[in-house]
Amino acid sequence: MEGGTLLQVQDLVLGCRGRPYPLVGRVSFRLRAGEIFGLVGESGCGKSLTGLACLALFPPGVKPLSGRVVFRDTDLLSLPEEKRRKFRGRHLGLIFQEPLNALNPVFTVGHQVEEVLHLHRGLSGETARQETVRLFSEAGLPDPELRLRNYPHELSGGMRQRVMIAMALAGDPDLLVADEPTTALDVTVQAQILELFLELRTRRGLSILFISHDLAVIREVADRVAVMYAGEIVEEAPRDELFSSPLHPYTRALLAAFPRLGTRKLEVLPGQVPPPGTWPRGCRFAPRCPEKISLCVEKHPELKEIRPHHRVRCLRV
Amino acid sequence: MTVLELREVSKSYRLRGFLRQGPELQVLAGVSLSLKRHEILGLVGESGCGKSTLARLALALEKPDRGEFLFLGRPYWRLPRRERRGLRPRLQAVFQDPAASLNPRMRIGDLISEPLRLQGASREEARNRTLEMMKMVGLPEEALSRFPHQLSGGQRQRVALARALITHPEVVVLDEPTSALDVSVQAQILNLLLDLQRRFGVSYIFISHDLPVVLYLAHRVAVMYLGEIVEMAPAADLEKPGLHPYTELLLASIPGERRKRPVIGEPPSLLQRPRGCVFHPRCPEARPICQREKPPLRRVSPEHFLACHRR
Repeated sequence: MEGGTLLQVQDLVLGCRGRPYPLVGRVSFRLRAGEIFGLVGESGCGKSLTGLACLALFPPGVKPLSGRVVFRDTDLLSLPEEKRRKFRGRHLGLIFQEPLNALNPVFTVGHQVEEVLHLHRGLSGETARQETVRLFSEAGLPDPELRLRNYPHELSGGMRQRVMIAMALAGDPDLLVADEPTTALDVTVQAQILELFLELRTRRGLSILFISHDLAVIREVADRVAVMYAGEIVEEAPRDELFSSPLHPYTRALLAAFPRLGTRKLEVLPGQVPPPGTWPRGCRFAPRCPEKISLCVEKHPELKEIRPHHRVRCLRV
Repeated sequence: MTVLELREVSKSYRLRGFLRQGPELQVLAGVSLSLKRHEILGLVGESGCGKSTLARLALALEKPDRGEFLFLGRPYWRLPRRERRGLRPRLQAVFQDPAASLNPRMRIGDLISEPLRLQGASREEARNRTLEMMKMVGLPEEALSRFPHQLSGGQRQRVALARALITHPEVVVLDEPTSALDVSVQAQILNLLLDLQRRFGVSYIFISHDLPVVLYLAHRVAVMYLGEIVEMAPAADLEKPGLHPYTELLLASIPGERRKRPVIGEPPSLLQRPRGCVFHPRCPEARPICQREKPPLRRVSPEHFLACHRR
């Protein structure tokens, strides 16, 4: 698991046109080659914007205010858009929650994957077709030759997500950003797709930035996990350590509120995640924190390495 | 005492085709279940298993094609319309997305008191009861004059709950009530549901795709697959061996538990209902008999029913 750094996000701050406050504030983490890095948090915590920024993609109006996103030796944010696009095509892949929105309904799924192969790897004709079949079977689509001629609406949700994965793999990427890739799927199908991500990592040595609101899903796939709250990472640790000995009060509260098999009592964390623009001056979790002291309200804590590979943003830890 | 019962209910929908009628989709195939007073019955299954259609039948929003719907011991659809109307308020619903089920142009106070006003309560009484309900579900009094879009998702679900319970119904059907909520808000609503159930002595049918959530809340669980109930058992029994292979598959599919899972294929379409046991094409233990004969839902212990040739 101890690969070299593939992607480094440094002090990334994202803002939005017309709003005087940041949406994501000073996020830093590194992703190693061949690892699955889980980014988990509740809605509005900034995890999806952070994930997109790793591909130098920004929704309309959103822009980086400072920070760097370095892939190997290249700072993606300093590249002009044309070069970014080429770079993405060759090194990066993106998978969303809802493949139906990402696939073009009027073309066959085979055609859409062949198009990507043509654009980014210069393949065409029979070569492209064969490579598409290979990618489909790698993504676990049953009868891959027959699938070439299917339109997106003819496939089930699970099969569409497999097509999306095949398409993301078409450029032979080193890094996949998967944003809630199984949230819209049934549990038994979700289990199969999660298995597929683990296989792809092993087989291809892919790095995956896996974004989810679902702690159980993150626990299933991730090697390391970062928990986000109100636009910043509050805790980051190897998977087993995060789930067995969480240190940040928010991580602990989140785990205690999450129903698992055999849960007898869910502990309730009162209140809700503050939206951007309403973040408190001190620790952003302080208003809801059962363990806060007066200093927490005044001083914004830094993300500190408490143990090897375990970083926590809390004054009390 | 049984408050609500579905006996062998079936429901089909005709799909609309181009220029001619499309094929018939059997969404429910002879489903029976009963709900006891003060009970929380969980209903789990994947998309297309018929759980939401079952909810609509249990809410008397739709009439079954075959079978009987009994509410408070009376055959609902055979009652005169006036009596049916009298029973309606005693059945209430809470859906997944309160943003869609609450009228966006009504104020929270009016939304919560409406069911009571429809029963002819005075303005004064409705207002007092509304304030009382808001307190119970944890809404601040200021919310009274707000509109749904001014509240958070969790608060809107609290409004939906207050509105459902203000008439003191016998049964509340909850269809994925926490699926759209964040983890910390979900925990708040789940605990509130338990608290309200005890306070009001109401019965719930709680529908969800999320098995850990269902097991946390429900006393009894019914597992649905392709329009049939394949297993029904006390929640505690789902931790024991000897379950229906589909229930085992659902349990093994829960992420993060590091279980060994024999996952085979995806749920088939309702248009191609398998013969014999509906689960046999995906079942790791299927035998020839499973393709030929449909296993009956039989009793394996006093409160545990399952439909499987192999158990």
